[in-house]
Amino acid sequence: MMRRCLGLGALGVVAALSLPGCFSNNRHQGARIYAEACAGCHGDAGQGLGRLIPPIAGADYLALHRAELPCMLRRGVHGPMTVNGILYNQVMPAARIDDKQLSPARLTNLLNYIENNWGNHAAPRTIQEVERQLTACPNVGEADKAINLGALHSSKKVVILSVAEASLLR
Amino acid sequence: MSNRFWLAPALAAVLLTACSGPSADQAARLPILGERDVRPNPNGGPADTIFATAPAFKAVDQAGQPVTNQTFAGRAYITDFFFATCPGICPKMNGALLTVFKPYATDPRVAFVSFTIDPAHDSLLVLNDYAQRLGVTDAARWHFVTTGRSATARDTVYGLAKGFFTAAQPDKAAPGGFAHNGTFALVDDQGHIRGLYDSLNANEVARLQKELPVLLAEIAERHPQATAAK
Repeated sequence: MMRRCLGLGALGVVAALSLPGCFSNNRHQGARIYAEACAGCHGDAGQGLGRLIPPIAGADYLALHRAELPCMLRRGVHGPMTVNGILYNQVMPAARIDDKQLSPARLTNLLNYIENNWGNHAAPRTIQEVERQLTACPNVGEADKAINLGALHSSKKVVILSVAEASLLR
Repeated sequence: MSNRFWLAPALAAVLLTACSGPSADQAARLPILGERDVRPNPNGGPADTIFATAPAFKAVDQAGQPVTNQTFAGRAYITDFFFATCPGICPKMNGALLTVFKPYATDPRVAFVSFTIDPAHDSLLVLNDYAQRLGVTDAARWHFVTTGRSATARDTVYGLAKGFFTAAQPDKAAPGGFAHNGTFALVDDQGHIRGLYDSLNANEVARLQKELPVLLAEIAERHPQATAAK
């Protein structure tokens, strides 16, 4: 009897120790991905940086462009963007971890994290919803075309200014 | 009996703090970084030690004003190397430098200089826009500078980066096309580099915030009249 109790107890201990292993540690995956892939530019609390990097905290953009967000994270963003009435114009690279693109599941966790923190409130996303939104995402070739157009515009500006700069540096 | 056991460490503590008091002032000096050169004195006597200085530079800031080493004569300055379209470490780097800058935004004893490593793209207009967006309105306080658009300008700025102990070079694989690390250099009134700090490490940024006043105090000692005039 005593031995059986001990045996059961030992089994209980083994079960208690191994049970957490049965669950994935994805509960805070969104926060971890944010810290690794996003916080460098958008800040530890989604505060952004001046008028260079738009905030995520309390950003009207999230609700206004909900369906586009998975694609933006997957492909990156270029060109002007208005957030909370302020015009930003920077390059956002695709969100990547270990140089790999984020799976729909990881994108879902990341979006649920940023959309429900720092004053943001949104309906929780499902992986299916994110997968569906990713199917409408332009392929790499089209994204590249957009980047090249942007580069053309900015190089024009540079040429105009170079004369003034050259005279200043003489 | 037991009281005596307590007395001994207490006494030791009092003695130790008494000893470290004056030497703490002495220790509050930042090192001079870089290789030093020892030159024998031609007249005999002790040899001269020549301390390394920051490299010479000639650039133009976002307001179109020339910026050289002479711009900072008698003052401290902090440098970093960035580019305006940098999607990698630059926002974090310049965000960190912004926190260092804010308490000194109107303090003439220290200035800030950010060199673009992409002078082909970062025209004065681009640099000015970048500064404004970061919240830097006075170009004389924080200069965003370019070494010019000529073919040699890039090589110039990469050489400068090396001179300020940071790495910068074109790299197609790196985000934005340039590989660089985010080292801040703290330069004193005589052009010596007195501190290097990794901008991506919060502890290092805190160390810069702690060491900058130490350097400013040292400079004030060297120029007592300038300080008195204020």
